[in-house]
Parts: sequence; C-alpha cells; structure tokens
Amino acid sequence: MNGQNPLLTVENLALSRGERRLFEGVGFTLAPRDLLLVRGPNGAGKSSLLLTLAGVLRAEAGRIDWHLEEPPKLHVLAHSPGVKSRLSLAENLGFWRTLNGPTGLSPEAALDAVGLAGLDGLDAGYLSAGQTKRLALARLLVSDRPIWLLDEPTASLDAAGDSLVARLVADRLASGGAVIAATHNDIAGATQTLTLGGPA
Amino acid sequence: MSAFLTLIGRELRLAARTGGDALTLVLFFVMVGAVVPFAIGPDRTLLAKLAPGIVWIAAFLSMLLGLDRLFRADEDDGSLLLFRHAAIPLEAVVAAKVIAHWLLTALPLMLASPLLAVLLSMDVAGWERTLLSLLLGTPALTAFAAIGAAVTVSLKRGGLLAPVLILPLSIPVLIFGVAVVAAPEGSGSALLFLSAFSLVSVAFCPFAAALALRVGSE
Repeated sequence: MNGQNPLLTVENLALSRGERRLFEGVGFTLAPRDLLLVRGPNGAGKSSLLLTLAGVLRAEAGRIDWHLEEPPKLHVLAHSPGVKSRLSLAENLGFWRTLNGPTGLSPEAALDAVGLAGLDGLDAGYLSAGQTKRLALARLLVSDRPIWLLDEPTASLDAAGDSLVARLVADRLASGGAVIAATHNDIAGATQTLTLGGPA
Repeated sequence: MSAFLTLIGRELRLAARTGGDALTLVLFFVMVGAVVPFAIGPDRTLLAKLAPGIVWIAAFLSMLLGLDRLFRADEDDGSLLLFRHAAIPLEAVVAAKVIAHWLLTALPLMLASPLLAVLLSMDVAGWERTLLSLLLGTPALTAFAAIGAAVTVSLKRGGLLAPVLILPLSIPVLIFGVAVVAAPEGSGSALLFLSAFSLVSVAFCPFAAALALRVGSE
C-alpha cells in the first residue's frame, strides 16, 4: 500500500465451482504499483479468482469494486494463449493490437521485447510452448492497459523467460499499473501475497 | 470500426489459409443436388418442379453443418475469452464473426448454385429466383446458426446439438424461401416475409449470441 487511491477493492469474495466451495472471505485492495501474488496448491482456485476478477465467472458472494470506468479494460493472460497457429507472429499481434486498441508498442517492437525478434513472418504454429507463451506476453505490450491479470505467467518458460516476466511486470508497475499474478514461482517485487486454500 | 473490419479480415484470412472448410461445404451442397436425380429418376419436368425445394434443402443442410466452426476454434485457443476485453463490445465481435461466416458459407453456396441449377434442369428464370431467395434467406440462417453455436460452444461436442436446437427456428426461412421460388406470380408477400425474417434475426442475433457466450463460460 502506498497511499494512493486504490484501483480495486475486493471484499469477502466467495466462489464455488460445481458443488465445491473454492474459497470464501477473500479480500484485498490493489493500488497502483502493486504486484499481488496469488499462491496456493493446485485446485485452490487461483485461476478461478482471476477469471472472477476478469468478469468471466460470477462470484457467489462478496464485492468486486473497480475504481475505474466500468467494465474495466484489462489484460488477461490465461492458460490458452489466444494465438492462431495459421497466422504469422506479426499478424497475430497486429490483430490484437487493432482489436484492443493500438496504444502500445508496434508488433515488431513487442516481439523484440519478448525475445522473438526476427520471427515476425513465421507461422505461430511452428513455435514451441515457451515461445508461444512469449508471444502471448507480447500481446500485453501492443495495447497499453494499466491492469494485468496473469495466470501462471512463467509456466513453460526457461530461466531467461522467468526474468523476462519479472522485467515486464516491473515495467508495468513502474508506469503506474498493477499486476495480479497466480503463480507457483516467486516474481520479484511482490508487494502483497494472497494464499488460497491454506493447509487444510 | 477498424477493429470490426480487422476481425472480419482475420476470419477470411484464416479460412483462406486453412482452406478446405468452405470448399467442403460447397461440395456437400452440390453433392446433395447431384444425388437427387439418381433417387427420383431422370424425369426432367418432375426434377424442375422439385428443384427449388432441393436447392433450399441442400443449402439448409450445408449451413447447419458449417455452424460449429463459428466459435469453436476461438474457444479452443482462448481467443473467445480475450474478445470479452476487446476495445469493442462482445456483441460487435459476434456481429463481425456472423458477417464473416455468411461470406464464408452462404456466398460460396450461391456461387455454386448455377451448377446445381444445371443438374436439376432448372431454367434461367427459376435459377434467378432461387438465387434471390438464397440471398434474402441465408442471413437469417446464419443468424440462427450463430445463436446455436454460441449456446453449444461450451460443450466439448456440441457439433450435432446446435443444428437440432436451431432447426425449429429455421423452418420458417425454409418455408418462405421455397415460396419465393415456387410462386413467381404475386410472390411479393413471401419475399417481404423472408426479408423481414432476415433483418430481424440478424439484428437480434449478436445480442442473443453474446449473452449465450457470457453465460456459457460460467
């Protein structure tokens, strides 16, 4: 917390999937330059929490208050990368850039930033899992949005990829944004940690 | 607006790269028409009389077969989730995809219709009226297809369920579509009904389909 107006306040959030209660009483406040790490074992509801914040799932109880315009424009990095294998890397990024608003880097600059420089014309179907993840990260750069929801951003990335994620997140925070990341690995610069599904 | 056009362009480009799909539907369309003369026998007058109905059934079945690919690929690779946070509302995304889907399924059928007209020994005037009825009726079929595809996209194997769901909705399109062809004299009312049907369903389908997508992902 650094004394600024909060971006997001979550109070007493509860969510069930199927018959199972995933979590209840979850609450936190997110301010600009906050990095919130969501921790917990598999099945604790980390991804579901992110989807609830993204407005995809409906919370069973509790309040999610974005102190921004409604609905909030944010970037979601989910397990599925949203990459079309028959389009080239530049075409994939160019598409999302137009659809989400061309407010960020150019596709070439974004590819350069995630370590895929020079592959613009390649079909995305030829990328490895780690490279596809990097392409998905590049999507966050081509449109400028203050809030990122990252689900396992470092999954299938190598050591250099881990530090790339840390660098991108640090840049986002430095420009006044906020990041919520569900992860099993540590990301440097975390200001808050939320642990779901404690040792039951 | 540019996001809307980019989305249509992306669908067309993907279809061109993947090939196959649109061509398969056209082949199916022609095949249905080609099989009928074998089943009915080479009676030219009977064939010409049945031709409008056969063309419509062939088009109808082709459109039903192709509807699952409207949202399936985007659901599988996660794009559908990301569309919800696009700069344009989900309804506009659906509308763009519906237009692209019509260009990729209905338009090729119309282009292939002369072939079917020859196979079924239709005269030129009859073919022209068939083409007109397809042009006016297929938007409604595409709109219903979008709703069916949106409702079933969260089911892993919704491919066959969607056609069954939207079949009752689509029957009026079939009735008025054939009526436009079958009654050249004074068929103005059928023509107007068909057009009204298409206009209303195309206007409402983006909202219904977007709602179904939102609810379906929960």
